[in-house]
Amino acid sequence: MAELDTSSGGGHKKGPGVKKGKKLSTRVDLTPMVDLGFLLITFFMYTTTLAKPKTMEINMPYKDENMTEDKQSKVKESTALTILLSKNHRVYTYEGIGSDATKPPELKPVSIAKNTSDLREVLLNKKNMVEGLKRSGGLNATDNMVVLIKPDSTSTYKDLVDVFDEMTISDVKVYAKVDITGQDREFIQLTEQANPTAQ
Amino acid sequence: MPKVKMARKSTNVDMTAMCDVAFLLLTFFMLATKFKSPEPVMVATPSSISQIAIPDTSIMLITVDSKSRIFFSIDRKNVQDFGGNEARLALIQGMNKYKNLGLTPAEEKAFQNGSSVGQPLTRLKQYLGGDGAVQAQLDAAPDAGIPVDTAATPNNELAEWIRVARNSNPYLRICIKGDVNTKYPAIDKIISTLGAMKIFRFNLITDLEGIPAGTPAFENAQKAAEKKAAS
Repeated sequence: MAELDTSSGGGHKKGPGVKKGKKLSTRVDLTPMVDLGFLLITFFMYTTTLAKPKTMEINMPYKDENMTEDKQSKVKESTALTILLSKNHRVYTYEGIGSDATKPPELKPVSIAKNTSDLREVLLNKKNMVEGLKRSGGLNATDNMVVLIKPDSTSTYKDLVDVFDEMTISDVKVYAKVDITGQDREFIQLTEQANPTAQ
Repeated sequence: MPKVKMARKSTNVDMTAMCDVAFLLLTFFMLATKFKSPEPVMVATPSSISQIAIPDTSIMLITVDSKSRIFFSIDRKNVQDFGGNEARLALIQGMNKYKNLGLTPAEEKAFQNGSSVGQPLTRLKQYLGGDGAVQAQLDAAPDAGIPVDTAATPNNELAEWIRVARNSNPYLRICIKGDVNTKYPAIDKIISTLGAMKIFRFNLITDLEGIPAGTPAFENAQKAAEKKAAS
């Protein structure tokens, strides 16, 4: 489509043998070049990764096989909240650490979806309760609320990260991922049997 | 009445300006782009509100895909004190030496220039010696992935990889990149492997999501932003 300027010339004639140098226009059609440019832009836009992935720092509780029983840190029943991660992204919480098998704790199913999380409310209630106990002298001033996270083998990595994230969102200072016990599995089973239509 | 003659305008537009813009953008994207190194598996990471960016250097990356297969890698850009680009080479040479893999220098080079590797040590030679098609086939195998058995007679090759990698660069930060659908036991195996080596601090790679309003973390972030604005 490059146009040639053919309008040059004019009346002024040289001799018959002298060829007239054709004046070419310096204007080039840039459309194909623009096409190419945008094609490459599209390519680079798709391949580029502008947003760097983020990372979440996690500290696991110190574990040593040689540690004696009395050196391990104990969690008080009244400061603890346990979160159980079960199959199909189900999450249950209960007060305390569930140490008494004869009195199964009441498992409360919660949601950890980002916008409709009712785990936050549970955490807030627990926090207020621990603060209240501290004021009334039921607990020492150094006691903190402790959240124990126990993922079952049927839970997924996303559940775990979401729960860790909920801890950050609710500003829980002390939390730990601990192995689930057979006792806890039983609690889940009992709850799911008692109300099979839940969720 | 004479017809009004419309002046015929040329449809040709001057493309120079558009061309300028196109190439300006092209230059920007070319400079801003950082090619994703081709990973053997695609992993969709879960999201969190954490805003800490992954550092560029000294990263040990443990990838777990949705089928619980484990892939291992250390970054290409390592701190200079530990041999710079050579850390990957040092890693594979170390593995070759301790585990008697019988790798040739060419296969070691293939590891150095490659990305994550997720093959049992018995198949590593075949993997590194093979071309792209062979590697893709081995990556797709259901029994690919670095074995991490934490049983009584451990076949924990991940621990070996970590140990040798930390020899080549003691400042490696450990990052775990898991898939949304990865089952928890696979993650637990990695965490207990790390725990057995007395590593209790590591990073989980996540995507960024906004902090939900009205939560303590949201208020803290706001306070921090106000403080920053005031100073």
